[in-house]
Amino acid sequence: MTSQTQSEVLDTSIAPNEGRDERPLLSISGLSKLYGTRIGCRDVSLEVHAGEVLAIVGESGSGKTTLLNCISSSLTPTAGTVTYQMRDGRVSDVFAMSEAERRQLMRTEWGFVHQNPVDGLRMTVSAGANVGERLMAVGDRHYGQIRNRATSWLDRVEIDTDRIDDQPREFSGGMRQRLQIARNLVTGPRLVFMDEPTGGLDVSVQARLLDLLRTLVADLGLAVIIVTHDLAVARLLSDRMIVMRQGRVIENGLTDRVLDDPQAPYTQLLVSSILQV
Amino acid sequence: MSPILVVNEVAKNFVMHLRGGLVLPVVENVAFSLSAGECTVLGGPSGAGKSSILKMVYGNYGVDHGQILIGHRGGYIDIASAHPRRMLEIRRETIGYVSQFLRVVPRVCAHDIVAEPLVARGTTVETARDRAAELLTRLNLPERLWSLPPATFSGGEQQRVNIARGFITDHPVLLLDEPTASLDAENRRVVINLIAEKKKEGVALLGIFHDGEVREAVADQIIDVTGFAPKRAVA
Repeated sequence: MTSQTQSEVLDTSIAPNEGRDERPLLSISGLSKLYGTRIGCRDVSLEVHAGEVLAIVGESGSGKTTLLNCISSSLTPTAGTVTYQMRDGRVSDVFAMSEAERRQLMRTEWGFVHQNPVDGLRMTVSAGANVGERLMAVGDRHYGQIRNRATSWLDRVEIDTDRIDDQPREFSGGMRQRLQIARNLVTGPRLVFMDEPTGGLDVSVQARLLDLLRTLVADLGLAVIIVTHDLAVARLLSDRMIVMRQGRVIENGLTDRVLDDPQAPYTQLLVSSILQV
Repeated sequence: MSPILVVNEVAKNFVMHLRGGLVLPVVENVAFSLSAGECTVLGGPSGAGKSSILKMVYGNYGVDHGQILIGHRGGYIDIASAHPRRMLEIRRETIGYVSQFLRVVPRVCAHDIVAEPLVARGTTVETARDRAAELLTRLNLPERLWSLPPATFSGGEQQRVNIARGFITDHPVLLLDEPTASLDAENRRVVINLIAEKKKEGVALLGIFHDGEVREAVADQIIDVTGFAPKRAVA
């Protein structure tokens, strides 16, 4: 996998292009973020296609969360571009959009699942309202329909629908995380960003959440960019992965190729540091 | 008939960066081809690089040198340098793989694990589950186990789930990494029959079988991997 550029030339010369010129959903080019002189991430370029799950792995401080926050436009990068192909086929430069356009994009096309559900939920309104709020933000006004859709989404993320009027602060960590997922998916986004979604959870709760995520991603054909330091999570959920260190992408490829035949010294260290059970 | 897979001058080293950049040559000058309806067996002792060759063909190991051309969507693609997205497409449509061990997914039951590759290829869940049930029955997996996640199954039971999962699709190329290692004689015969059916359907198979009886029964071509041993250690 060393001569990527050369290969692409070879590929197209001998193979048909069916499905090939399909444009990426998200394109990132030369993205850098500096905090003063400290590097958050440097010169990152990548593409994500519809229905594809990309994992960003690396240890704390490697720049993976900075990268995710820049891509999802919660942080403004120092350099580089992020373009996104809208539902109608238009390709937009995310940072050239007006504030209102970007807000609309985040409500309708994107979702963001935070590590800590408190950052993605409103803790003092009901579970139903947490899910319904995104629907209202995109213009839904019919109370009965909103409640029905909220109910069906609670069911889909395995939250007992009797709990629809309870506030998430009464929920366990795993339930809160599932509620956050429902809140994000109710508006039918095409791209979901996830920052360590299983981070603070017990192992058994993690397994349930992972299985749920896996099923939802496959059923809905979602594109996902997931940041995780847990290589097992990356293996289970992602098709491709990139490994970051000191703000740079040091390896990328098919998830199982990176994990089973790591090339970069740092990736070898990461993979060999996994404890076997 | 033109071959569906051509391996040409392939070489593979492992570079152990945690051991001061130690280079372990695995194979070099690997060359063979697969034709539709034939089963090719990789032979040779443990450590000769049989599994590594299989994994390179599946894109699971990187290729340092050479080409692995696969007939895909009417053309040939070089797996050694294919873009990851292309490789995923090849795995979805052209190359299937029965690994040695089942990778257990938490909470997913055996029946769904087997049906999943068909669903991923667009078959309805119902049809896929019916087909999965047929295969699990043929492989003598007790029906009471179907609704359970295989994490607690015995080695042989897990392997049968894995075989069913690998054989359920109609990929034109199927890779088999010791699919019969922990099976009893009866189930080994089931696998021999499944392989014979694949050959009749025109599937090209590439496999590793330590069991002599199975190898004799299925092989059309045996490739001695020791012929691909690196001639000299790389410094």
